[in-house]
Amino acid sequence: MIRSDVQLMLDVKAGDEASFDFLLQKYRMPLVNFLYRMVRDTATAEDLAQEVFLRVYRARKQYTPSAKFTTWLFRIATNLALNSVRDNRYRKLETSLDAPVEEDTIPMELRSPDMRIDEHLMERARAEIIRRAIFSLPDKQRAAVLLHKYEEMDYGEIAKIMECSESALKSLLFRAYETLRVQLAPLVAQPVAHRGGEGRAS
Amino acid sequence: MMKCENISKELVAYLDRRANSAERLMVEEHLAECALCHARAEEFRKLWSAMDEMPTIEPSLGFDARVRQRVAAEPSRGWTGWLVPQPRLAFSMAFLLLLSIWIARLPVEPVAVNTATTAQQEDFNAIKDLGVLENYDVVTKMDALSELAPAASEQQAPSQKEQPKDSGNGGM
Repeated sequence: MIRSDVQLMLDVKAGDEASFDFLLQKYRMPLVNFLYRMVRDTATAEDLAQEVFLRVYRARKQYTPSAKFTTWLFRIATNLALNSVRDNRYRKLETSLDAPVEEDTIPMELRSPDMRIDEHLMERARAEIIRRAIFSLPDKQRAAVLLHKYEEMDYGEIAKIMECSESALKSLLFRAYETLRVQLAPLVAQPVAHRGGEGRAS
Repeated sequence: MMKCENISKELVAYLDRRANSAERLMVEEHLAECALCHARAEEFRKLWSAMDEMPTIEPSLGFDARVRQRVAAEPSRGWTGWLVPQPRLAFSMAFLLLLSIWIARLPVEPVAVNTATTAQQEDFNAIKDLGVLENYDVVTKMDALSELAPAASEQQAPSQKEQPKDSGNGGM
């Protein structure tokens, strides 16, 4: 029988450590990717993801299934990411905007095994441009886009995570996508040799 | 026709196929008449397709182990469980502390007020006439004292007056 996330969390509350491990396996990838796209640093993203799981575990005794588990999980992650970005802002201001990307900040990415080297390099360059464009969005717009586009959450859930109305969220998303549309216009206009990845189909 | 800025908020939900039928109809009517918004909608679709190119990353090999290690290091809920910060417990303790302080102050408060009032009254009485007593002119010319002086002299005077009477009578 497949247990829901809420049931798994209730089992964790009852003392079942294996259920927590199941939640860890299920959400480690989405959380690390969301946090990486928020903070753009793998080590920080992993630290924050660990902190999210730790907070979930610590709160197990007080857990009540009042909302979807993912809403709770990503609200913790979003708040941690926004705080982390805000705290590191002064440090980032000292870094030149046109500084080259450090090689160790580019993580190991999953790619199709049948892709040619030049195709891979081209896709990697395009991905980096998209990543930079998303990262240049204001923090809340970035979080909303990531939750909408990559986590495929509905507006009600994102609004709860962002603690705003659905109407405000729609305006926020429109402004974010409009910025990306302008910034990525040259890239979008170029033909693509190979397309992969995940995300919401449009 | 609805204005472009009014349609913009619903455009993402329309392209996302999450708009309700009324919103969908409203956007479709606008897109049919507004070439600018129609072009924007097409570019949004292409943008979303391009955004799908961003690959996912894999957590490092030690990620799960580190999470499990941190979870294992969490204190268990044994007899030391009360030491773990709990907002409800902290609130209850603070409320009880405040309540006990308030109750403890109840019988003491009137006495403290009376004592303070009495002390203040005594201080006031002590200094009330101080200025008058220190003023030599007032003391010397005070009516009350001038009335006291003849009275005192009158007390001595009869004895002095009686002596000549007695002596006079005795002399006669």
